[in-house]
Amino acid sequence: MDKARIATLWLDGCSGCHMSLLDIDERLLEIAGSIELVFSPIVDAKQFPDNVDLTLVEGALANEEDLEKIKMVRGRTKLLAALGDCAVTGNVPAMRNNFVLADVLRRGYVDNATANPGPPDHEVPRLEPKVIPLHELVPVDVFVPGCPPSADLIHFVLSEVLAGRIPDLSTRSHFGN
Amino acid sequence: MPELNQYQVKTLKIDGKEVCASEHQTILEVARENGIDIPTLCHFSGLKGIGACRLCLVEVKGNNKLLPACVTQAQEGMDITAHSPQLLEYRKLIIELLLTERNHVCAVCVSAGHCELQALAQKLGVNHVTLPYLHVKCTTDGSHRRFIADHNRCVLCTRCMRVCDEIEGAHTWDITGRGISARMITDLGEPWGKSESCTNCGKCVSVCPVGALVEKGRAVAEMTKPNFLPYLIQMRGKAQ
Repeated sequence: MDKARIATLWLDGCSGCHMSLLDIDERLLEIAGSIELVFSPIVDAKQFPDNVDLTLVEGALANEEDLEKIKMVRGRTKLLAALGDCAVTGNVPAMRNNFVLADVLRRGYVDNATANPGPPDHEVPRLEPKVIPLHELVPVDVFVPGCPPSADLIHFVLSEVLAGRIPDLSTRSHFGN
Repeated sequence: MPELNQYQVKTLKIDGKEVCASEHQTILEVARENGIDIPTLCHFSGLKGIGACRLCLVEVKGNNKLLPACVTQAQEGMDITAHSPQLLEYRKLIIELLLTERNHVCAVCVSAGHCELQALAQKLGVNHVTLPYLHVKCTTDGSHRRFIADHNRCVLCTRCMRVCDEIEGAHTWDITGRGISARMITDLGEPWGKSESCTNCGKCVSVCPVGALVEKGRAVAEMTKPNFLPYLIQMRGKAQ
């Protein structure tokens, strides 16, 4: 059997979901034989490849680069999983939505700055006015809520996908920790 | 002999199961007595039912309206559907609406893991929200010496208002505004810490199903609620 082509993507999140993925611990060894990790912050690939079977996406959509990335990834992935509350709900990154973006930037880069005040205007992607969960922009196949989702839950998702099933998490998972 | 009426037994059906109800029992009470679980959020045993959250809506054969089980009396011959794919869809939508109307960020909520809204979402299979989040701006009132009112988490169940009125007799809590603008208030909108009617008893905090009324000094997931009210009501009943 061909190995399943798995990718993970890190958008506006804290990396806790990736930590939880690694917390699968020794079960990673069992899974490792059945998958090829084709793109991830924890591997060296620079380009997101075509024909990916499953992409786990951590983080909300917060800047213009996130929007481009998720559209590109969606086009190259059979199953897209929103991994964790930021990807599923917006979560903590979306708490800035209660404020006008200009005020947020001023608070962070002017009011509280001690040197070089002013928001960055080059090299980093421009923030979107509102932070949104993935499914407000692209279709999502699997929702894996949790902050972070437990290692057991992520293991279940991977096991189900490797068994050729779409994981049913309806009552297995919950928001928050 | 009219006093016999209070012992009159009614027979009805819930989800196809034959059940018995005594006089003045609600559909919800009968269902729970018979192990049929109907989800609720505003209901609190010992407080008056108000049918606000609509999670307990059931179908009654011959009636083209959905009826809230918590405030509808069981009647002879009723044929009730408490669970159906359609009712589940309605209940999930209610949870989704509640999640979009305020800022329920479970990840940083002191009541996470002890929250009835979070638990209901899991139980009913709400693992994402299909409606756009409104990101309504809400205040947090930390003026009380011991407690915090965080309107970001409030679901307007009015348990706080009812326990304060019906059990404590203070009626510090009430509701102002309508629809999306509705907010719980203390006295006539004064900060909680300035309330002259509040007795600082904490009953409102202990019945709040979410992280809206909490004790100060609790970190994420640390806010557990004591379950003292059924006991209190029972004791008061004995004293009368």
